[in-house]
Amino acid sequence: MLNQSPTCSAGDLIIACAAFISHKEVQSTMDISQQLLQYIVSGLSTGAIYALIGLGFAIIYNSTGIINFAQGEFVMLGAVLTLSFISALQLPLLLAVPLAIAATTVIGVIFERLTIRPLKNATPLSLVIITIGVSILLRGIVMLLWGKDTRALPAFSGNDPLSIAGATILPQHLWIFALTGLVIIANKLYFYYSISGKAMRACSFNRRAASLVGIDVKRMVLFSFMISAALGSMAGIIVAPLTMTAYDVGIMLGLKGFCAAIIGGMSSGLGTVIGGLILGTLESLGAGLISSGYKDAIAFIILLLLLFIRPQGLFKKGETERV
Amino acid sequence: MLTRVVRTTAVFLLLCLTTASAFAAAPIKIGAIFAITGPASFLGEPERNTAQMVVDEINKAGGVKGRQLQLVVYDSQGDATKAVQAATRLIKEDKVVAIVGPSTTGDTMAVIPIVEKANIPMISCAAGSKITDPLKKWVFKTAQNDALAVDRIYEHLKQNNISKVALLTVSDSFGSSGREQLKAQAASHGIQILSDDTYGPKDTDMTAQITKIRGSQAQAMICWGTNPGPAVIARNSKQLGLTIPIYMSHGVSSKKFIDLAGDAAEGIRLPSGRVLVADLLPNSDRQKKSLLAFVKDYQKHFKAEGDHFGGHAWDAVMLLKGAIERGGDSPAAIRDQLENSRNVAGVGGIFNYTPQDHAGLKKNAFVLVEVKKKDWVLLK
Repeated sequence: MLNQSPTCSAGDLIIACAAFISHKEVQSTMDISQQLLQYIVSGLSTGAIYALIGLGFAIIYNSTGIINFAQGEFVMLGAVLTLSFISALQLPLLLAVPLAIAATTVIGVIFERLTIRPLKNATPLSLVIITIGVSILLRGIVMLLWGKDTRALPAFSGNDPLSIAGATILPQHLWIFALTGLVIIANKLYFYYSISGKAMRACSFNRRAASLVGIDVKRMVLFSFMISAALGSMAGIIVAPLTMTAYDVGIMLGLKGFCAAIIGGMSSGLGTVIGGLILGTLESLGAGLISSGYKDAIAFIILLLLLFIRPQGLFKKGETERV
Repeated sequence: MLTRVVRTTAVFLLLCLTTASAFAAAPIKIGAIFAITGPASFLGEPERNTAQMVVDEINKAGGVKGRQLQLVVYDSQGDATKAVQAATRLIKEDKVVAIVGPSTTGDTMAVIPIVEKANIPMISCAAGSKITDPLKKWVFKTAQNDALAVDRIYEHLKQNNISKVALLTVSDSFGSSGREQLKAQAASHGIQILSDDTYGPKDTDMTAQITKIRGSQAQAMICWGTNPGPAVIARNSKQLGLTIPIYMSHGVSSKKFIDLAGDAAEGIRLPSGRVLVADLLPNSDRQKKSLLAFVKDYQKHFKAEGDHFGGHAWDAVMLLKGAIERGGDSPAAIRDQLENSRNVAGVGGIFNYTPQDHAGLKKNAFVLVEVKKKDWVLLK
């Protein structure tokens, strides 16, 4: 009998399962499996968010060799700009979203033009530090202009939870899954079937060789910043109804996205997406079954372990292609 | 050459005149340390606004015993090191007679040794019980103790025959202080804590924790945190169809919480200072006058709703004013007179400082409110 508190007493799966096997109480097994399902569904939906943000990291890394730590700020900008277009200009959501994505993309372009391009022979390290500087700058500007309050974006299609075999998700989660799916397909099409996509892949293999065959590497870097800014802002907008937004929301989301990209071996395709989903699911299972206090620790322990054991990511055999 | 001499003399004379006139009405300098920016800015900003507003009003009305007050404010950014620097500067350079703030318990604990050594009275605006327990000679506080809020919630649970609860607290100093109190007082109220979960201050999804709570036998969930976490929890709970009542802390007792949580806020109960429901209070309530005055003033100056955080600063300045009126402006006299503050009806409650009690409030400083139709209603 799973008496009193089946899962909360130092709640771990083993005890629960042992109790279940010995007593076979139907009601409680329903509870446990339903809970597990909910953990996994919740984990996948947060994971999809991490994946979307992680893709932005991967794309810039692949064309420039730097980690853009302002990626989280693109995420924040998308949501904050959408909110202000809605509240200040009274635009409908449908118009505010593309405008916000466009505006963030422009910010991405300015960012690349002003801080990355002028430095001709800078080492990746100094470029990474510059991106950190830009992230602090963007955060500061947003804080001054929009204030420090957290604000919520209205959900795209209502707040009525949907039930999937006993686990519940919100309609907004479906939007996130749909967007993640679309982005994977679009990425594949772009990087494998378009000239500029192929050129960008060429840059990621060998920039020097790419420029020798006539690829404008600088242009590709600019492209990568545009794509990442657009992707980041899209991710930010689509998660804002769930996570809400404030000037500093990009730090944690950016870090988790970075984790996802590392797990995925900085691939700008499926690898990072799977990385994000793994991260989200482990976090959720960890918080539910082990202890919620270790939720973030779990993410970062995975990150550290991976960096020690498989720095090339989970899905890669040593030094192979990057895109 | 001559013109230059004339000009210098003129400037010199002018300077003498201005300083002389300044001496004639030397203001009483009061220091303030608030977390105006940074993670605790939701406390520090309204506190700074309120403190400045009250001081301006006191000055407009003729000051304290004919002398103007001057407020010197520094921003601690919620960082204990900066709070310590600010306190040192206020005492050594600005030579203030008393300090209002800091905003957070962490900042306050760091500053206490400094004011104790310099013998400068300080009225903290932070809530942690440990600020005045054990008693410190020079330290007072206006924010209601967490312990009182916990007491209020447990009392209400008992009235509703709820004895099994699940905790969900934020892993920062506010949450852990609440968690300690919740655990410490559970036994004496006959409350059984079935699960004890936490979440990070920047977490954006708490469905895992709530799923676990949903699967337990808990009859109520108590969540301790400050925005935006509790709003996320409210939304997640609605998503998961959690049916047990949700109690939250006074950390979210502002309209902001209802805005963020939207429909999910309906039915959530929390302890709050009376300021939230000032207009609902009976006219016999002794605090009502102060509360309405504060709310009206704040609305007029800042076009925003005054919350109980700003109220902590209001109370601190008012208590100081009272002490200076009674005993003069030396730090020692202010301290002694603060201990003689009796029945001061402020925003946070009715203050009775004594030589044994520097927190000065009782359990009735909190009322229990519930969210109904996107507004607060008074429970019981």
